[in-house]
Amino acid sequence: MINRMSKSNGNGGLLHPSVDRVLVIEGTHAASYAVKLARVQVIAAYPITPQTSVVEKLSEIVSGGELQAKFIKVESEHSAMACCIGSSISGARAFTATSSQGLALMHELLHWAAGSRLPIVMVNVNRAMAPPWSIYVDHNDSLSQRDTGWLQFYAESNQEVMDTVLQAYKIAETVSLPVMINLDAFVLSHTSEPVAIPKQEVVDEFLPARKALFKVDTADPKAFGALIGPDAYMEMRYKLFQAMEDARAVIRDVDLEFSAKFGRSYGGLVEEYFTEDAEVVLLTSATAVSTARIAVDELRSMGFPVGLMKLRAFRPFPVDEIRALAQRVKKIGVMDRNISFGATGIIYQETKAVLYNAPVRPSLFGFIAGLGGRDITPETIKEIFSYLLNHDEPERETIWISLKSDSAGQEEPPIPEGPGGRMKSEGV
Amino acid sequence: MGQIKYQLPPEEILAPGHFACPGCGGTLTMRYMLKALGRKVIVVIPACCWSVIDGPVPYSAAGVPVFHTAFETAASTASGVKAGLEAQGDHETTVVAFAGDGGTFDIGFQALSGAAERNEDFIYICYDNEAYMNTGIQRSSATPFGAWTTTTPAESPKAEKKKNIVEVLAAHRIPYLATASVAYPDDMIAKIQRAKDISGFRFIHVFSPCPPGWKFEPEDSIKISRMAIESRVFPLLEVFDGVDYRLSRQPAGTPVRDYIRMQGRFRHLREDQIEEIQKYVDEDWERLSVRLASTKGAEHLKKAAPQKEKESSRTKRAATKVRSRQK
Repeated sequence: MINRMSKSNGNGGLLHPSVDRVLVIEGTHAASYAVKLARVQVIAAYPITPQTSVVEKLSEIVSGGELQAKFIKVESEHSAMACCIGSSISGARAFTATSSQGLALMHELLHWAAGSRLPIVMVNVNRAMAPPWSIYVDHNDSLSQRDTGWLQFYAESNQEVMDTVLQAYKIAETVSLPVMINLDAFVLSHTSEPVAIPKQEVVDEFLPARKALFKVDTADPKAFGALIGPDAYMEMRYKLFQAMEDARAVIRDVDLEFSAKFGRSYGGLVEEYFTEDAEVVLLTSATAVSTARIAVDELRSMGFPVGLMKLRAFRPFPVDEIRALAQRVKKIGVMDRNISFGATGIIYQETKAVLYNAPVRPSLFGFIAGLGGRDITPETIKEIFSYLLNHDEPERETIWISLKSDSAGQEEPPIPEGPGGRMKSEGV
Repeated sequence: MGQIKYQLPPEEILAPGHFACPGCGGTLTMRYMLKALGRKVIVVIPACCWSVIDGPVPYSAAGVPVFHTAFETAASTASGVKAGLEAQGDHETTVVAFAGDGGTFDIGFQALSGAAERNEDFIYICYDNEAYMNTGIQRSSATPFGAWTTTTPAESPKAEKKKNIVEVLAAHRIPYLATASVAYPDDMIAKIQRAKDISGFRFIHVFSPCPPGWKFEPEDSIKISRMAIESRVFPLLEVFDGVDYRLSRQPAGTPVRDYIRMQGRFRHLREDQIEEIQKYVDEDWERLSVRLASTKGAEHLKKAAPQKEKESSRTKRAATKVRSRQK
């Protein structure tokens, strides 16, 4: 994949004094090493492509004695999450990893984990839902878990996978909610990149051992999750809602603290790229952000006033950041690697929702791209920018990009003229 | 039967004021389990009657920590609790999964099989009331042949035999497996305490009558439990390592009819149908007898087995009495 260190990252991260060594590793292994550094106590997992290398590496790490953890090799993802719930309520730090169908099977227990207010951390390798079978990336699997009460992050690089896992435990244990870190199947999961592995002692300072706020304890017997009437259920849900609201500030603070310790920052809930003076901004997430950086660089060099907002956290949704962006720009395009049937792309819906009550509402465009692992290239992004630059308003609610058949009945987008020259669909 | 004296641990850990129906076998099971294990216990309860019986927020009758979990996750959640305790250096606390028959035989079966195969170190207690009682008496795979439930009405009662969970668990070769009955608390407590001293996956299958579900008077729970044993409908036994079968009590072999006719859920059955049930029970007993006879038994395990002589004679006395009262 195309990866560049973001402006805010710099590449100083690799040379920072916190770095123990730099390894060229896959995204899945970045997750595994992060689990080791976080001193996770219980791992429960079931294999599914392309998550398997997360747990294979962890099996090596645990069996080699590098991490003192119990590793339960369960008979399903449903049981994996149940094991995480059980170990977390006992006070331990728990981890699992899954993908796609496995995540869908966990659905009931995602509610259970969040409703129990347990700081479980899970890595989900984003893979398209079957049928038909696909092992390639899109985000419908995790976005379908939107309302379960889990925080959701989307990683752009292998370094960000590692760093977000470390941040996730701190965030989760602060707000008592579980966190899901998503990475794109193969584009990130099985692509090797240099990753700075921090020193254990620095991680220990940043992330001390978990101190459970509540747990099953024979010295103080309590029941958890018992039947509750209409007189109190709603208040418990309000507390969960409030914890997710509080998570916004916690995410920002933890990112700042992380930056101070490790020399890398991800901007909290979003990261912005050339948005200061942009008129047209693309909002997207995960590895497509790296690709979009290339396209933005090219279009900027041609004089187009384009920018990029990377959606790092999907839950909680970056309401303030998007509203602030809306104050400054004329158009926002949202590129969704997912589709909500009967509606639109999911991030597009969410963006629209937060702008409705905003004082300034720019034109908003919703694009669908990259489903089931269809490549998102710089050309894909330029096609989207081309549409944005040439339309004041979207012609339809959902604009599908790079469809092969003519079934969509969409016209070819016109090629825009810019101050720096004519932009062609076949490169610049 | 009033003259039978049991030596039970005197401490009552289960609080009064729980939400059980009168005569609830599942609640006696919880009471005896707590007597057997004491307070250093964490109980995992999936959806079942005990999701309600323990009490609504902020009450809890169990007297030990309880984690309520999803229907199909008793075994998987308990696996996690145990792993979490171990990871934190607690090797003392006993973890118990406490589930009904639906959560064990049906929806929780996969997680149960997985935990048994992994030989997870906790005790799984299934209080088997032979249907989905908490949801209003729907058939489960633990419901016996011929029984009425709300989903197997009297016009077409359950046409299939009860799943033999003991054979299923024995096939997993778990270190300890036992059946128990609320009619014999001393036997149940001895088995649960034996289970406590064994590491690995331990399973106790408890026959737990349900007065509203089986349609009998609450004061007959113990009598019915005893009759299930004496008629060989529910033999009391232990299985070590999945192969070493031990009979805990020699049943008198009373007619199954006496057991059946005490319960409204079987009221619709004709005599020939009861004969069919008798035939099933006899066949199962034959198969079990072959297993018992072929069991060699390791010496170190023999010591742990209950005193059959004394108990079986007592059982016979009790059975004779039950039979005479039925006539």
